[in-house]
Amino acid sequence: MNLEYFFSLFLGGMTRGSIYALIALGYTMVYGIIKLINFAHGEIYMIGAFTALIIGGALSLTSMNPVAIFIIAAIVAIVYSAAYGYTIEKIAYKPLRNAPRLSALISAIGVSIFLQNYVLLSQTSDFLPFPNLLPEFGFLKPVENFLSTTQFLILLSTAVVMILLTILIKFTKMGKAMRATAQDQQMAQLVGINVNRVISMTFIIGSATAALGGVLITTHIGQINFYIGFIAGIKAFVAAVLGGIGSIPGAVLGSFVLGLTESFGTGYISSDYEDAFAFIILILILIFKPSGLLGRKENEKV
Amino acid sequence: MKKILVVLLFTSVLLAGLVSCKKDSGTIKIGVAGAHSGDLASYGLPTVKAAELVAEMYNANGGVLGKQIELVIEDDVCKPEVATNTAAKLVGEGVVAVVGHICSGATKAALGIYKDEELITISPSATNPPLTKSGDYPNFFRTIAPDDAQAQVEVDFVADVLDLKKVAIIHDKGDYGKGFATFCQDMLNDKGGIEIVMFEGIQVGAVDYSAIINKLGASGADGVIFGGYHPEASKLISQMKKKKIDIPFLSEDGVKDDTFIKVAAEFAEGVYATGPVDTTSNPMAIKAAEDHVAKYGEEPGAFFLNAYAATVALLNAIEKAGSTDFDDISAAMKSEYVETPLGKISFDKAGDAIGVGFAVYQVQNGAFVELK
Amino acid sequence: MINLKKIRKAILTAVWFMFLTFPLMVMKVNTIENTVQWRWINLAYIGISAFIFSLFWEDLLKRRDNIASKDKKKSINNKISRKLENKKIRNISLFVLILIVVLFPFIMSMYQTSIITTALMYVVLGLGLNIVVGFGGLLHLGYAAFYAVGAYTYGLLYYHFGLSFWLCLPLGALFSALFGIILGFPILRLRGDYLAIVTLAFGEITKLVLENWNDFSFGPSGIANIPRPMFFGIKLKLAEVTNFTYFIAIGLTILTIIVIKRLESSKIGRAWEAMREDEIACQSMGIDITKAKLTAFSMGAVWAGIMGVLFAAKTTFINPASFTTWESIVILCVVVIGGMGSIPGVIVGALIFILTPEYLRAFSEYRMLIFGLALVIMMIFRPGGIIPKIRKTHQFKVKEVKE
Repeated sequence: MNLEYFFSLFLGGMTRGSIYALIALGYTMVYGIIKLINFAHGEIYMIGAFTALIIGGALSLTSMNPVAIFIIAAIVAIVYSAAYGYTIEKIAYKPLRNAPRLSALISAIGVSIFLQNYVLLSQTSDFLPFPNLLPEFGFLKPVENFLSTTQFLILLSTAVVMILLTILIKFTKMGKAMRATAQDQQMAQLVGINVNRVISMTFIIGSATAALGGVLITTHIGQINFYIGFIAGIKAFVAAVLGGIGSIPGAVLGSFVLGLTESFGTGYISSDYEDAFAFIILILILIFKPSGLLGRKENEKV
Repeated sequence: MKKILVVLLFTSVLLAGLVSCKKDSGTIKIGVAGAHSGDLASYGLPTVKAAELVAEMYNANGGVLGKQIELVIEDDVCKPEVATNTAAKLVGEGVVAVVGHICSGATKAALGIYKDEELITISPSATNPPLTKSGDYPNFFRTIAPDDAQAQVEVDFVADVLDLKKVAIIHDKGDYGKGFATFCQDMLNDKGGIEIVMFEGIQVGAVDYSAIINKLGASGADGVIFGGYHPEASKLISQMKKKKIDIPFLSEDGVKDDTFIKVAAEFAEGVYATGPVDTTSNPMAIKAAEDHVAKYGEEPGAFFLNAYAATVALLNAIEKAGSTDFDDISAAMKSEYVETPLGKISFDKAGDAIGVGFAVYQVQNGAFVELK
Repeated sequence: MINLKKIRKAILTAVWFMFLTFPLMVMKVNTIENTVQWRWINLAYIGISAFIFSLFWEDLLKRRDNIASKDKKKSINNKISRKLENKKIRNISLFVLILIVVLFPFIMSMYQTSIITTALMYVVLGLGLNIVVGFGGLLHLGYAAFYAVGAYTYGLLYYHFGLSFWLCLPLGALFSALFGIILGFPILRLRGDYLAIVTLAFGEITKLVLENWNDFSFGPSGIANIPRPMFFGIKLKLAEVTNFTYFIAIGLTILTIIVIKRLESSKIGRAWEAMREDEIACQSMGIDITKAKLTAFSMGAVWAGIMGVLFAAKTTFINPASFTTWESIVILCVVVIGGMGSIPGVIVGALIFILTPEYLRAFSEYRMLIFGLALVIMMIFRPGGIIPKIRKTHQFKVKEVKE
């Protein structure tokens, strides 16, 4: 097959990978700090998408500039998702901090079911279209065959988020506190880090990036319903594990590997087994690197 | 520890007692089963409303066989494992016949029970061919044509009207979608002269479909047949159009839904879909729709007319049979013609409706228009 | 109990929740018709309920912590288990239980029997998964795959060779166990959540194969007309066969309980327990970890296989849609809610978990909402499950020797 085909598959895979990455960041950060598989994380992504749809839909009835509407909707969605993430942690996970790990997992599953049905009942079970707010970017005209405006936007935003997050983790005080808490929670507390605040912050940041993913995918695919979070969440979780759960660059790398595998698998073999390719890659990688691509090898004390 | 078990069993027994303590035979009970909650509720609830409207109409005129009709409405969430429990519940409630179920899989599971209990079951929407053609379910009837009939209409349209040479077939890996796609594939092969360049399933709910769209573009197909439901169809068609892949998009009844046009908006324009022959101009259909608006304050949903017709046909057969006995109703279903919103229908030996067929529609100016 | 500070906090919480739920609860945008509906009344509901919730929430949490720190012997569980140590009470309650179990299908309607059978199937599935998760400490998210192997064993063997339910029952168990071993091999090195995600992957792959490989599994349209169990070659009427299936489920449940009880205190059971606590320490004690893991997977899979066969026989129709990841999660919830590692816990967990949604049918659309909330609350107030596992204590009594 020709190069253009290869290239469009590649960019398609990268787009998908970007969305996975935005969600997977939240998984991996939360896991790194409190060792919880936050099953409700996919729902945060869905709530972000829905909030954007509601705000965007309501504002598009006015005569505002569409691009401004999009930006406002995106910001509101991110703020709300962060607020949801924060609240959920306070209610459903904090009381379980000393409980068995699986109990927290079940609590997360409960939150996930609750949020899905909350949106289903308060809004609708039908798919809703997202108003088309963004103009086609003129400068993408020459490459529009394999890169659409929304795809470009997804890739760009993901790159920006990654850079910002790296700066946050590497150079700010909060980032330092996060890394310390991830390494040893008790020790971090001893040196005067407010662990509760760090955990809250992790949830807020993770939820915000997931919401951004939600907003972007909604403009890209054009429609959403209450159930979009479940599959995206599972895929992002797979990506996070693939990269080595707890590691932020790992989550990003894992997401791209997953997105590209799916895209090329569909493109060159068959989409019948699209998900199977993703899972087979996962199993193969984990067989040879049992703690993921960039995961820390745990030194076990006996 | 076992004591907790005892207490628990007692409470469940008590609860159970509360639920099951109502039985009287002053009425004729008709079960209505299908997906009434969850994500497929929009396919199941219109049937409940149709049955309610018909029952109300009959009851106002003195009921059937001098008895009032009582509907027993039960949810199966479209899951086979739940459907067997639903069916057991309906049997326990003493229904004489069932309108439902909605999904083919759930219908098959529930029929296992209705068959043994000799209950007439009439579905407005289960289109899986073996339900009637296999002869396994003598108690099953439906007011919708089976998938293979629909696929035939589609394939004929592709070959004779559109005159396509290379066709791609995409399906959603579901019971309905893949079944339809497989029929199309077989029929196209039988017909000859048309190359199937692609036959693939997509993942429902996947984050995006750009890879399959690219593949479709590269395959050189001059038309695509999609088997599945409207949410996936509208995602596919809008991504296709955005990628400037402008080839005929053909689909089936799962897509011939006004929601599809509303969600896909301008991208829906020109899409073909097969669906039951348009009978909305039938006076009974107009009245049914008006009654629906009057009672529920909204336009009827999916399979409403089929369900309305199913209920009317069923009650008419009971009336004509003069009893609620299985053999009598079954015979009456097959011999009597009845006026329904779908036209004048009866049922053949297998249980398929005679007089219910498919037509091809195209989206033109934001509405499905029947192509003659 | 309620002071000004608390009220202030509750008001703040209420305001927070009103803010939080504003777009979703108050606004209803229809981007198809381009309408916005404002439902201000919901804001009031949210405010009031958040206010009340906040007033009591912290007290409830405090009470929970107090109870947890108090002497465990005072908990209800222990009271009951101590009562049961009394032979007389134990025999009586056992007798009553047997009576209820035996009479149940004859008193109750077919529907009740049918859903209790479903619940019993989940009891066995829960107990089976409990071997892997509760005893072995291996988080398993693809258990439904084994369930599917059982169901398809019966479905396909019946379809092609006309094999009966009774013959397929052990075969389903066998195939499922083999499948467990096949799955177990590549992932021996994996730990914790890496293991979990690989089991999830296996579950999904199994489902995908069933969906796509039409020639083998008939794809998504599934296999219909699978016969129900026969009674010594006699085909029973529907009501009878429902009761019969119920008794088969009861029989299998009892069998499972007995086998698992014995396994638990056997050599391999102790190896599992050691593995759960610490893999490395366990290895250094000379326990073969490979063997322990593989047996845990295969012994867990056996029960799923058996239940798969029963499932196929009960619904008479199977397709891949019944064996999703969601199904695996449901079974995991049964185990954790009941109490990991605790056999009575898992039984109660399954009964509650499966029967509650059935009986909540009256609330139809709200039931999953309530269910999700119940999961969270249950985990917060009983993180160890409904009946947490009580470690067996062996006491060594020294006889006083008179001089």
